[in-house]
Amino acid sequence: MAIFLTGDSRVMIQGITGSEGTKHGRRMLAAGTTVVGGTNPRKAGQTVDLGSAAVPVFGTVAETMAATGADVSVVFVPPAGTKAAVTEAVDAGMPLVIVITEGIPVHDTAAFWAYASAHGNTTRIVGPNCPGVASPGKSNAGIIPADITTEGRIGLVSKSGTLTYQMIYELRDIGFSTAVGIGGDPVIGTTHIDCLAAFQDDPETEAIVMIGEIGGDAEERAAAYVDAHVTKPVVAYVAGFTAPEGKTMGHAGAIISGSAGTAQAKKEALEKVGVRVGRTPSETARLVREVMQGR
Amino acid sequence: MDLFEYQAKELFAEYGVPVQRGRVAATAAEAREVAAAFEAEGSPLVVVKAQVKTGGRGKAGGVKLANGPEEAEAKARQILGMDIKGHTVHKVLIAEASDIAQEYYLSYLLDRAARTFVAICSVQGGMEIEEVAHTNPEAVARIPIDPLAGVDAEKAAEIVRAGGLPPEAVEQAAILAERLWSVFADEDATLVEVNPMALTDQGDVLAVDGKVSLDDNAAFRQDHAKYADPEATDPLEARAKAKHLNYVKLDGQVGIIGNGAGLVMSTLDVVALAGESFGGVRPANFLDIGGGASAEVMADGLEIVLSDNSVRSVLVNVFGGITSCDAVANGIVSALGMLAARGEQVGHPIVVRLDGNNADEGRRILAGAGLPGVEQVATMDDAARRAAELAATAPATGA
Repeated sequence: MAIFLTGDSRVMIQGITGSEGTKHGRRMLAAGTTVVGGTNPRKAGQTVDLGSAAVPVFGTVAETMAATGADVSVVFVPPAGTKAAVTEAVDAGMPLVIVITEGIPVHDTAAFWAYASAHGNTTRIVGPNCPGVASPGKSNAGIIPADITTEGRIGLVSKSGTLTYQMIYELRDIGFSTAVGIGGDPVIGTTHIDCLAAFQDDPETEAIVMIGEIGGDAEERAAAYVDAHVTKPVVAYVAGFTAPEGKTMGHAGAIISGSAGTAQAKKEALEKVGVRVGRTPSETARLVREVMQGR
Repeated sequence: MDLFEYQAKELFAEYGVPVQRGRVAATAAEAREVAAAFEAEGSPLVVVKAQVKTGGRGKAGGVKLANGPEEAEAKARQILGMDIKGHTVHKVLIAEASDIAQEYYLSYLLDRAARTFVAICSVQGGMEIEEVAHTNPEAVARIPIDPLAGVDAEKAAEIVRAGGLPPEAVEQAAILAERLWSVFADEDATLVEVNPMALTDQGDVLAVDGKVSLDDNAAFRQDHAKYADPEATDPLEARAKAKHLNYVKLDGQVGIIGNGAGLVMSTLDVVALAGESFGGVRPANFLDIGGGASAEVMADGLEIVLSDNSVRSVLVNVFGGITSCDAVANGIVSALGMLAARGEQVGHPIVVRLDGNNADEGRRILAGAGLPGVEQVATMDDAARRAAELAATAPATGA
């Protein structure tokens, strides 16, 4: 079954004619994703060559949905245009919007999140600044490399792209139901908790790996959620133990201010509710293996 | 990016937020001139305030009252050059002393958990708001702000009333709060703070101190460059920035290069953990060369990391995802070639860990190139251990 993204998902791309949009459109299609088209208001009516198929370009998200039945949109438009792109997708009633774009001002993200909320949260937003969602063997929406993903029984939720890839690769023999990159920005749409809830309800997911990093208190809140609602085993990893206060480590959200948001505090909160936390990615993978043994 | 108090107040003034009058000075002589101008206007009493981007400057002796230009000059001389929590004072703000009757607190900031903005207001200002929240939580009001609606006159009045401000301050404080929101929203700030927001004996409400943090992601539509602070920027960080590299200088001995913020952060942790077995060796930097990991970026990255005199060994930790490992390996080979061509001496051992897509081919390319000082280790944990060991045993080259 997987979460959020299934074999039936029909994926469109906002910004399909840009270099990133086209490149990853090709990769998604090659990975078996049903890519149905995309938007660029200035190139409506044209087609984009995605290797094994050419797909149509429309002027708006609503037109793309009407013509192709798209129910997932992957957003590659530049930061200055992202707020408008997500707002448009919400207006069109798009069920799932995955925002890959990096470097969006937080005022814009807060605005499009508020906009989606004001519209009853009928659109699930993943990201921004995230690698996307992959349900191996079914569909891949975003930039997670499909050739290292294998179908299996672990659910993964992560703030970091490359750590997601690392973990998927280390555990490729067990495989994943779905891997969700939620992004490392201070404001994100889908959270650790949303993914934990969905994995708990997904019959194909037997264990959950959660990757966090410094900044904010999302991991602490996720720990409280695990304690109250998650019965499946959860293994976690937190990056950023050596990060100094006040310095941003690449992700806009990865900054420690005052005493809040440290890796140590997150690790302790998770361990307190019985989540096993690895000290390195490899140790985390070993812990997952132990949990999966005999399952 | 954080602003100095004087920059924050200049920005406030542009938006009509009432501020205590003042001017910045870089020398004691300038401080004297500013104070003389105030004296000529009948305000001999001034406050000399160290301009540093950290809290607790009052306790550190960085804020002093002065009566007249001579005293202002003397106080400025004491404060300029002072070290406050690792920040050197290069400038002082000479502000007109106000007759403060009461001190309040007001800020707007991001509430990550609620995915929205929040106003914090309190009748108790002048001290750290965290302290007030701890000792007297009911004196601190937190009002969520809808980013789509912002703060209008009505919302501003709600905020200052919720903070418990007395009737005589409410009207003016609400005007300040409404204008301060415009600073927050229009300048793409992630924090604006007025502490204290003062009620003077004359019944005016004004910002006596100001703190502003701007969103680096908004640099494409804001002129943030004018706030650049070259004196406080680490020279290596400045060089890295000029090459568009995401580099943060740390205080260890193992230079780190990796792809992806999360993986690099993780690499720092794994090196620090391994370093515990080698006399406390630690990572020397954070450097994320991005998903692509091209040869040129790799060369620029190596050049920056190797310019750090405290570096004793380098760990290159790349996971081949979108870019496969053979491309990364070729990148490393040509990067070292480029460095040699630029006349850069690679005087430290380089440990490379390649994993992911096409890892075998990547390792073969790297091994086949026979680069002196470069060794490959298969896993991240072992590579970190080896790099830490090399840093602990390698001699200083005095590069």
